Amino acid sequence: MSDSRRIAAGALTDPATAVEFEFDGRQWVGLEGDTVASALLANGVRLVGRSFKYHRPRGIVSAGPEEPCALIDLLGSKGRAPNRPATTVPITPGLRAASQNRWPSLDFDLLSVNSLFAAVLPAGFYYKTFMSPGKAWERLYEPAIRRAAGLGVLGTGRSEVVTHGEHTVHDHTDVLIIGSGAAGLAAARRLSSSGTRVMLLERDVVLGGGTLLDPRWQAWRNATLAHLAGDAASQCLTRTQIIAAYGHGVFAAVETLPQMGDNGLPRERLRIIRTRRVLLATGANERWIACDNNDRPGVMQAGAALAYLRRYGVAVGSRPVLFVNSDWAYEAAFALHEAGVTPRAIVDPRSDSAAATRARSLGINVHADSVVSAVRGRRSVEGVQLTRLNGSTGAAIGADCLLLSGGYQPESALATQAGGSLQWRDDLAAFVAALPASTGVVSGATAGAFGLAAAARDGIAGAERIAAELGIALAGAREGLSADLEDPVVTPLQALWEVPGRGKAFVDLQHDVTVADVRLAHREGYTHIEHMKRYTTHGMATDQGRMGGVLGAAILAAARGQSPQDVGLPTPRPYVHPTSFAAMAGGEVGAHLRPIRHFPAHAAHVACGAIFVPAGMWLRPLVYATQQGWEPVLRESRAVRTAAGIGDASSLGKIDVQGPDSARFLDYIYANRFSTLQVGKARYGIMLREDGYLLDDGTTSRLGERHFLLTTTTANHTHVLEHLEFQLQVNRPDLDVVLTDVTEQWAQFSIAGPRARDVLQKVMPETDLSGASVPFMAALPARIAGVSGRLFRISFSGELAYEVAVPSSSANEVWTALLDAGRPFGALPYGVDALNTLRIEKGHVTTAELDGNASAHMLGFERMLKADGDYVGRVLAQRPALTSPERAQLVGVRPTSPSARLRTGSQLVEPSAPTRTLGVVTSCTPSVLVEGWVGLALLAGGRNRQGTRLLAVSPVHGESVEVEITTAHWFDPENSRVRA
Amino acid sequence: MLRIPCPYCGTRDEVEFRYKGDASVRRPAAEAEVARFAAYVYERDNPKGWHLEWWFHSAGCRRMLQVWRHTVTHEIHAVGAAQEQLSTPVGGKPA
Repeated sequence: MSDSRRIAAGALTDPATAVEFEFDGRQWVGLEGDTVASALLANGVRLVGRSFKYHRPRGIVSAGPEEPCALIDLLGSKGRAPNRPATTVPITPGLRAASQNRWPSLDFDLLSVNSLFAAVLPAGFYYKTFMSPGKAWERLYEPAIRRAAGLGVLGTGRSEVVTHGEHTVHDHTDVLIIGSGAAGLAAARRLSSSGTRVMLLERDVVLGGGTLLDPRWQAWRNATLAHLAGDAASQCLTRTQIIAAYGHGVFAAVETLPQMGDNGLPRERLRIIRTRRVLLATGANERWIACDNNDRPGVMQAGAALAYLRRYGVAVGSRPVLFVNSDWAYEAAFALHEAGVTPRAIVDPRSDSAAATRARSLGINVHADSVVSAVRGRRSVEGVQLTRLNGSTGAAIGADCLLLSGGYQPESALATQAGGSLQWRDDLAAFVAALPASTGVVSGATAGAFGLAAAARDGIAGAERIAAELGIALAGAREGLSADLEDPVVTPLQALWEVPGRGKAFVDLQHDVTVADVRLAHREGYTHIEHMKRYTTHGMATDQGRMGGVLGAAILAAARGQSPQDVGLPTPRPYVHPTSFAAMAGGEVGAHLRPIRHFPAHAAHVACGAIFVPAGMWLRPLVYATQQGWEPVLRESRAVRTAAGIGDASSLGKIDVQGPDSARFLDYIYANRFSTLQVGKARYGIMLREDGYLLDDGTTSRLGERHFLLTTTTANHTHVLEHLEFQLQVNRPDLDVVLTDVTEQWAQFSIAGPRARDVLQKVMPETDLSGASVPFMAALPARIAGVSGRLFRISFSGELAYEVAVPSSSANEVWTALLDAGRPFGALPYGVDALNTLRIEKGHVTTAELDGNASAHMLGFERMLKADGDYVGRVLAQRPALTSPERAQLVGVRPTSPSARLRTGSQLVEPSAPTRTLGVVTSCTPSVLVEGWVGLALLAGGRNRQGTRLLAVSPVHGESVEVEITTAHWFDPENSRVRA
Repeated sequence: MLRIPCPYCGTRDEVEFRYKGDASVRRPAAEAEVARFAAYVYERDNPKGWHLEWWFHSAGCRRMLQVWRHTVTHEIHAVGAAQEQLSTPVGGKPA
């Protein structure tokens, strides 16, 4: 029975080109231009899914993105794309799709037994029932419920996921028009030829919107499109779905590209659009009416029946009945009648209307003052039962489909997100959106201008308002519409939300929310629209309540005894349409997730066989070895302790501070003093936040009277730079200082160990490196391996050590020269892990200890705090809580058994009180100075606990180790090695 | 997403900036008592309406900007350099 329902020529379908596709493992044939939904309807397919909660059979109910039921998964050769409305997916040769939420199959669904228990599955059932025992939720209830409920299947596992989306495009325009119906097209036409940049976006495969459903508008549409095509400043995009409005004229859209991807799935591209003004012309959604069994396959929007006929030439049934409350909805009846499928009846709660008169004149039976009170049939509509508004029983009519229309709700979500407001209009029984003039205008049906001619005129008026706002001189005069395009005179609609009955009357088909559920929510106190939404799940998920949102609000309003305006609609958040992660990610996946910062000498480190570790965006050499592990780390550390090591410290932040007030500025920034520092010397400094806690530490050198070089930790570099700019520009504008970030301009290498001077002398033959001319903490200009740079005598390891800085462009050659120079002395390159071992042994802190919660007193820096002069954090650093000796203090820890290992993060406790944490191990390492592990810890009253024993407990490892508390500075406390 | 008109660089996306907090509080004089400093660091209004804010143009000119932003509509009334006198919108609490 292929194509049995195709009764006419469709505006979009090409009768000469058949397209074969797969649905639920079976091959089907449609026409080029069909959607999956229209092709299935043309083939007479009714059942396309099972409902979310009760697993009731469901069919196609709409012809657009508002579709709540006919959701499908697209199956690719690799990966799958779930939750696509069958009503928006064009068929293409080889397309594979599957229905959702049925188990094991669509025709035979075991979980439809839920329907039998419907009476005990009310709103909030899961919250109320699956309460205890606690663990059962994760292990038992949730997996079962997830299988029973839920929508599509997400691709999981590496081989299944779509690798990435298309690269994101950023657009800039003057006027963004969303929607290409009569309003959008007319607005674009009005703005064209004026030089204004216009972007017209349409989610559909073709431009035209509602004009595609009325043959009278074909000539107008073609003329308008031809005109826009001739305007270079106008850009029209189809298959581009706006997903969010972000304010300040920023919108996001997903464009589906014409060619499918290699994996057989749609290629999607994210577009971020910045516009000066927006014209929202997204139309209106036809609403549902809540009556008994209004979810049976074959119950459909009246407008959808019109769309399937006009767009694809498909009649959705052969014996339709309409149940509508407005004249607009009669268009479906007139069109079907004209195509030879005369409706069995039109049921209308109104007494009379212009459309009813016309229907009767065509010989269509109109039941006025009547409603449909029940739908017969289970897997498909078999007939309807009418009731008169006076309460008497009406006719029973046989039918194979029921076309519903409860009025129209403007598509208002984007307007709300863009800062617009909603106003209830009684004449339309709908919320109508408006936007602030600085954002744009709402036009056409979205603004309540129903009818194509009214929408076109409203679009032109909207374009003129925007032109006036932006000062655009429009080209030519306003064009009139020809008389044959006038809208028919209509009789106002009559609000109708529900028909009382005894069965299930759905307000939200996607989440199986019924009228009874909304009332139950109200009875149980969930009377606010946002609470009702969350309690019942009404209006959630892929369709975002487009068909049933206002319906639910109106039923809640009735329960509250108020008007829908008092109840309102829930806040619509991004995204207004389901969006795949792949599209959001674009090309920013894997190595492209974020920028990678390489050291200037990266190539040399690769040549040395470095294993790299990410540190922020930096890739730092972790260890020079073929395999990770402690053995190579300790080999590097030992080289530093016994001979020399050469390390790369280029990721340290370097900020050049210049100007006549530089010294005063650093005195204000640092807790210790820098104005007394001599030119040619470096000093260790600590800076505080204004709340008195430590912000960062590092050495800062005085290169000239008015010139300092400040270094920061790798982790805090950007944060410190921001802090300096804030203090300078906001709090100390009186100081004449300029800050320049030179982190990437300089490579900086450390040469550390007893033979460091010998190594360095080989690459600096002309420099006297003796302690007399380059004393500890010297900072001097120098030539290193023939390159002009800087020499610092500073140490982080506790050994005799120097750091040399050279311009980044010379980094590879200087690094290689240093290694060559060091080889005869047994020098090795060392990475971050060895650096960490060395500094823990020496008792130096890093960001592991400077964690934002540490005060100067905690880390033993209290004597560095200046006694006089203002500096950032001075006042609050003196608060009792930050200075108390009972607070955590930096100590060393060492297991009493050399074979026991320490763990970072271990809690320090008394054996007699194992649940009371006294401190935490912040850093630890195997030592090359002593046997076994050593660590640093922050311990309450730590300095008074030195020599005592505690337990270091790591519950995640199931370990408990006895440790001795020591001073953090047990290695060479006199600094004799450093000063050698 | 905010689009902030930087007086030095032109209108730029929010992602180029770092929010640096309430600009209506200013650091007390060095000799002020500890309670004033505690208020400066910890006490903030949470206005529904106009708010004077610091925005640091970190990926641009590195200027610290004062921005009058409406916390409900996100409308931006004025943007200026750190020491500039900006016009105060109706109902806004200046520094």
